[in-house]
Amino acid sequence: MLERIDVHATHTYEGYKLRKGRAFPFGASFVPNGVNFSIYSRYATACSLVLFEQGAAEPLVEIPFPEEYHIGNVFTMVVFDLPYENIEYGYRMEGPFEPQNGHHFDRTKILLDPYAKVIGGRDVWGVEPDWNDHFQHRGRFVYDDFDWENDNALEIPLEDLVIYETHVRGFTQHPTSKAKYPGTFTAIREKIPYLKSLGINCIELMPIFEFDEFENSKTSPVTGERLYNYWGYSQVGFFAPKAGFAATGQFGMQVDEVKTLIKELHRSGIEVMLDVVFNHSAEGNENGPTISYRGVDNKTYYMLTPDGYYYNFSGCGNTLNCNNPLVRNMILDCLRYWAEEYHIDGFRFDLASILSRDQNGAPLANPPLLETLAFDPILAKCKLVAEAWDAGGLYQVGSFPAHGRWAEWNGKYRDGIRKFLKGEAGMVGEVAQRVQGSPDLYSWEGRGSTASINFIAAHDGFTLHDLFAYDSKHNEANGENNNDGGNDNESWNCGAEGLTDDPEVLSLRRRQIKNAISILLTSQGVPMFIMGDEIGRTQRGSNNTYCQDNEMNWFNWEQAEQETELFRFFQMLIAFRLAHPVLRNGFFLRGEDYMGSGYPDISFHGTSAWKPDWSSDSRVLAFLLDGKHARGGTVQDSHIYVAMNSHWEGHSFGLPELPDNLQWYVVANTGVAAPQDIWEMGQEPLLSDQTYFLMGSRSVAILIGK
Amino acid sequence: MAFSMTSEIKDGVGIISLNGSLDASSAPQLQAAVQQDVNAHVQKLVLNVKDLEYIASAGLRAILFAKQKMGSAADIYLIAPQEQVLHTLEISGFDQAVIIQDEYNG
Repeated sequence: MLERIDVHATHTYEGYKLRKGRAFPFGASFVPNGVNFSIYSRYATACSLVLFEQGAAEPLVEIPFPEEYHIGNVFTMVVFDLPYENIEYGYRMEGPFEPQNGHHFDRTKILLDPYAKVIGGRDVWGVEPDWNDHFQHRGRFVYDDFDWENDNALEIPLEDLVIYETHVRGFTQHPTSKAKYPGTFTAIREKIPYLKSLGINCIELMPIFEFDEFENSKTSPVTGERLYNYWGYSQVGFFAPKAGFAATGQFGMQVDEVKTLIKELHRSGIEVMLDVVFNHSAEGNENGPTISYRGVDNKTYYMLTPDGYYYNFSGCGNTLNCNNPLVRNMILDCLRYWAEEYHIDGFRFDLASILSRDQNGAPLANPPLLETLAFDPILAKCKLVAEAWDAGGLYQVGSFPAHGRWAEWNGKYRDGIRKFLKGEAGMVGEVAQRVQGSPDLYSWEGRGSTASINFIAAHDGFTLHDLFAYDSKHNEANGENNNDGGNDNESWNCGAEGLTDDPEVLSLRRRQIKNAISILLTSQGVPMFIMGDEIGRTQRGSNNTYCQDNEMNWFNWEQAEQETELFRFFQMLIAFRLAHPVLRNGFFLRGEDYMGSGYPDISFHGTSAWKPDWSSDSRVLAFLLDGKHARGGTVQDSHIYVAMNSHWEGHSFGLPELPDNLQWYVVANTGVAAPQDIWEMGQEPLLSDQTYFLMGSRSVAILIGK
Repeated sequence: MAFSMTSEIKDGVGIISLNGSLDASSAPQLQAAVQQDVNAHVQKLVLNVKDLEYIASAGLRAILFAKQKMGSAADIYLIAPQEQVLHTLEISGFDQAVIIQDEYNG
């Protein structure tokens, strides 16, 4: 066979052998004997490739792209015989500096490739960088030779998921984790048995794309501790995993480490969803650093006012220009890369409403980006979940352009259930909608209950424990005079603010946590809770711990060993949910009997059976799911009855009669002390009087008919 | 740290002994030796790494190269890795691709 000739150089520059490259794919990719570099900029007039030895302050060489290597707006070349294990690369762009016209070209800056797959410069978490270095975030090369064996995305149906929101560092950084490499991807592998024992089948990782933990870093005026960009909702690059989350970051092997974690989670039946932040970048506003996008093609990447200032719909200084055709393609390339190369099972889009704005910030009726993602063949089986609002006032819960694909973080579920739990009157009608998967929000355009990601607590806001331990937020440690974080928490401290040793308060708080998770795990839709809620994790009243790299955010494994009561309750309830398809219909129930069973698929009740009290001062509601209607009558399940009393007094609930000599058994009753608060499957006690059930104040009970 | 290496094929088994530091500059030597074993159709590759003090990602990739060249039916043994080498293997997940033993008994 003839040897290919395109593996040979045609040009040389200072001893480096070059050839015109290929425009696709963008980024740096291996070709025979060399590396193909490709980067686009609509407004740049010239570009050079800047190569460094790893960690070196000064470049090894700077190779200008010859004019004939400029195809349209793409600069591309192959550099042969690079010792690529040891090379970092960036670009220098020439072009106008005219901020009023949207251009920020600056030939003194060395720029990160927006498509860099590995990024050096923050290799170990918290190690102070050399601020004199004028190239902070450095592109590196990546192999795609990982041995996945027979792994693939799990494709668990959305209605069957139980999502556990997790922060990579927070999960194992606490000394009690006893992990060999605390705070890393590899340490999560050590905790897979815990996740399996809890029973969740999806972890949603808070941002794992490269970010700079030192962004806006300062000292807390209250605690004197250093504050970091800990959560990481501020991306430096969208294609590279966060090196500082990897034990192998110092060897540049984070890609292998992340893939190994995903492979092992998949082996354990656990999906991996990523929280992705495409609404803004780490470059901030006019005063922020120039890392990449600003210097490569400011006017393409950012939404700009007519005077060239940054729109701030993200609340973080800038807004990514998501419906610019080029940015749209970058986002698509990025998600495809993570889905194909990392076997990611789904994505949760932070402030996703920004993805529905046009280039001037106006909301679009049919945003092309959302449609593209919904129909993409590579993302076809990935879960797409929107945080359907933004910081610019767009609130689209229930109206996010879904194309039959998108699910939403249901903020109204969170708020409605919180209000009901704290005892607010007039919530019963809304709760009925929420436990059905919010048909009032999602039954249009053929969406099902899987459009609703149900949650009561998430990373933004109080933990479930703190929801019942604090009336108001306590964010002083953030150093912003407690002005940050939301004020609409719908929380209630149960009688004492924060830490207390009052046994009655403590017992009520515990019950409220159980009430919350009982409602969450018996609701139609997709349940999600945040790491540590199963062990009563506290953030000491903070509802915005974005900058706290300390015990406020770290999962305490000693507490996990001690807090067996809550853990067991969560664990058994998750198992109960997964055992009963009638709790996991992917579509909306009708409130009708279409199977001829004598019972509607769902019916509502009150203190009297078949007579729900919808009045404005009602605080009690029960619902009955008919097992013969499970999944539209395609599978057989039991009758499940859930009674919710958020009144401060006890009530007797008349029970609906069961057919065919079936009888009621008690699965869970939060009004009873552990271990009788919940029963193993098959061990549920028979109810002595089958006609009514006595509910304690502020409690939830689950009965099963069998 | 210097790097040295010996390679032989005995009874159809490729035996490679590594010494010193396996990094970007030394990995191509290992890769070439592996290629020779692949060309000789060995079904087993034994890497003696007792005296290997350091392994960089390039070194791990050379081992991965062996695995992919030889096919999943072939076994790669890593004999007596030092702590640092073992850790790097474990955290990156490369330990799953090879059989790690204290000694090789044929």
